[in-house]
Amino acid sequence: MATDPTDPNAPRVGVDEWVASHEQRRVRRTGLLGVVERELERVPSPAFYLAFGVAAAILPALTSNGYVIKVGLDTLLYMLLALGLNITVGYAGLLDLGYVAFYGFAAYGYAMLASPKFGLHWATVGVIPLVVLATVILGFLVALPSRRLVGDYLAIVTLFFGELFATVYQNGEHMSLLGFTKAKDVTGGPNGIPNIDQFHVFGARIGTLNYTAYYYVALIFFMVLLLAMYLVDRSRTGRAWKSLREDPLAAELMGIPVNRLKLVAFACGAGIAGLAGTVFAAANTAVFASEFDFTSGLLIIVYAMLILGGAGSLGGVILGALVVNVSLEVLRTPGHATWVFYVLIAGTLVARVRPWRWLALVIAGTAGFGFVVHAIVSAAWPRGVHGQAPVGGVLGSGLGHWVILPSNPMTIGNVAFVFLVLAVLALTLLRGWAQRLAMIPTLYLAAFVWENRLAVEPSVTRLILVGVILIVLMNARPQGLLGTSRVEIV
Amino acid sequence: MTEKLLDLRGVSKSFGGLRVISQLDLHVDEGEIVSVIGPNGAGKTTLFNLVTGVYAPDEGDIVFEGGTLLGLDPHEITTRGIARTFQTLRLFLNMTVKENVMAAAYGHTRAGILRSVLRTPGMRREEQAIAQLAEQRLSFFGQRLMGYRWDQPAFSLSYANRRRLEIARATATNPRLLLLDEPAAGMNPVETHEIAELIGRLRDEGGYTILVIEHDMHVVEGISDRVVALDHGVKIAEGSFERVATDPRVVEAYLGTKAAASK
Repeated sequence: MATDPTDPNAPRVGVDEWVASHEQRRVRRTGLLGVVERELERVPSPAFYLAFGVAAAILPALTSNGYVIKVGLDTLLYMLLALGLNITVGYAGLLDLGYVAFYGFAAYGYAMLASPKFGLHWATVGVIPLVVLATVILGFLVALPSRRLVGDYLAIVTLFFGELFATVYQNGEHMSLLGFTKAKDVTGGPNGIPNIDQFHVFGARIGTLNYTAYYYVALIFFMVLLLAMYLVDRSRTGRAWKSLREDPLAAELMGIPVNRLKLVAFACGAGIAGLAGTVFAAANTAVFASEFDFTSGLLIIVYAMLILGGAGSLGGVILGALVVNVSLEVLRTPGHATWVFYVLIAGTLVARVRPWRWLALVIAGTAGFGFVVHAIVSAAWPRGVHGQAPVGGVLGSGLGHWVILPSNPMTIGNVAFVFLVLAVLALTLLRGWAQRLAMIPTLYLAAFVWENRLAVEPSVTRLILVGVILIVLMNARPQGLLGTSRVEIV
Repeated sequence: MTEKLLDLRGVSKSFGGLRVISQLDLHVDEGEIVSVIGPNGAGKTTLFNLVTGVYAPDEGDIVFEGGTLLGLDPHEITTRGIARTFQTLRLFLNMTVKENVMAAAYGHTRAGILRSVLRTPGMRREEQAIAQLAEQRLSFFGQRLMGYRWDQPAFSLSYANRRRLEIARATATNPRLLLLDEPAAGMNPVETHEIAELIGRLRDEGGYTILVIEHDMHVVEGISDRVVALDHGVKIAEGSFERVATDPRVVEAYLGTKAAASK
């Protein structure tokens, strides 16, 4: 009964030709874009990693701007963190919300062993392996009681651990061993540990605040670990991690020691965070516990990078960290933020409003609506258009003739903000042409609120905008930019 | 065919107040195909879960190759030579077909993280051997799981092919005893026929001893050396298919007392 492949008359039951010929039927882009896409698919992923490494390596040669290098260093540290978290979350599927504590633990570990705090100035080549090892052991210890927990329960336990770490280090200036010893200053409390030694290897020493040097240190660490993870990804351990993410019980019953592999995944992730922590401590010359607690947002940012890039994808780690951190930096300047704001709105409209005539109507309608409102207000209440657009240049002067800019926008801007939220909510309830028409005043209201209130407060708006970017991107690609879509139940 | 490969001695298991398996004695000899039948809720899958270590029995002993399995973790039991499939399929859906099978070779391979990163010659040889093993296990099913399918995610497979992949994955653990939980469930008559034939080949060509749960009586009749009937966790009949199928207590368990009386 078994089908003999050499016999053309053999029954074809179960041999799905539909699946067999799927390549021919796949919808492909045509034209130049299609050619590029097909060529890119053929390039092996290490080539992309190498290209990234080369590009990152020549960046300091292209700019003498210290700020750019510092942002680059921060991004590389984020990439290291995301790479470690990718093992725990992306491969093994363990929701570890205490991850940042490992980063902080290692930063403090380096600070304690290489600073005037305790008068210890150990050699860098000794401190880094020691601290990383200690972080790995800490990872083991945290995972040990929680290894039988999954999903939400593991998340609660690890979140607690993360907060415990931050609280202890925040209040560690009077520590005694359960009251038996005299209280001693261990962590410096809220003052942290300052004057941390720079990396020094065999007599060569990195100068204080020499971010370019630390940039290269972080880049080398990242590239080496990226290669290592690429190799682990396609090894016996990588397969075992992925299988326990897919189905822990089935993995266990296929001879895979699930509990042990969870411990290893946790510890490996912690170790990479530890390595990043040592670089962080030395580069910034001081550490503070508040940089590692939940309110610092670090945990959320790293998770956002990982999920945006696509959990389980190494290229996604690079891309996710780049997109999130560069967006966060770019949006510090109101001028940049304003461009991002309008491009986001225009992009969303182009992607979502169909057919084209409706899109044209909404855009033209919004523009016309603005000029009409502007004309009416300037005639009836001249003070209403006397304000200054927060952004100069072409965009700013153009907007000055379109958006109402009252000379004292505080109160009216806040009221409008509330109305904007209500309008957006109403927009989600409407359907069809009513929704499209309602978009016109809503868009104008959004521009009004942006110009009068949001653009002038970049510290608030950049987080809002990054949130919006994440929502838009994750809606467009739920699996992450470079992730492969996962199927839960079929 | 006389040596007992698997031997359950007076095994009981309760969940709360519910006794699911009660004083069960059951053995599987080397090279045998034994079928377990019984109505839904008879304790068949619980029996598999007890043997593979998912549950620990409340009393009794489970002996495999002369040594007890009690106290071992499921993965240790698998490494000792017992592999299973699942009634409700539990593939690694987002891994490729070949990766599914390769993952199951974990128990009898060695290379750790460090050797994988350093790509030592031993690790590379082992990796090649794992790939070959996977290809060989998949080739057992003719063309169905071959070629382009190796690199497709498991979720793209049809239902019948998923069942086949589960069997291929189980055999990649290099077991001596295969536990198949309703291998023909949800298959059409042609596929069911094929599965029955396949189980015979697994024993004859693969050399596995097989304990199978099956509802399809044609399959059970075609493959079984011996049939064990369970009802409410108690063994109610054992022997050849003919003997068990005509046993009044088995008929009663399936059809109720009245039907048995009127027969």
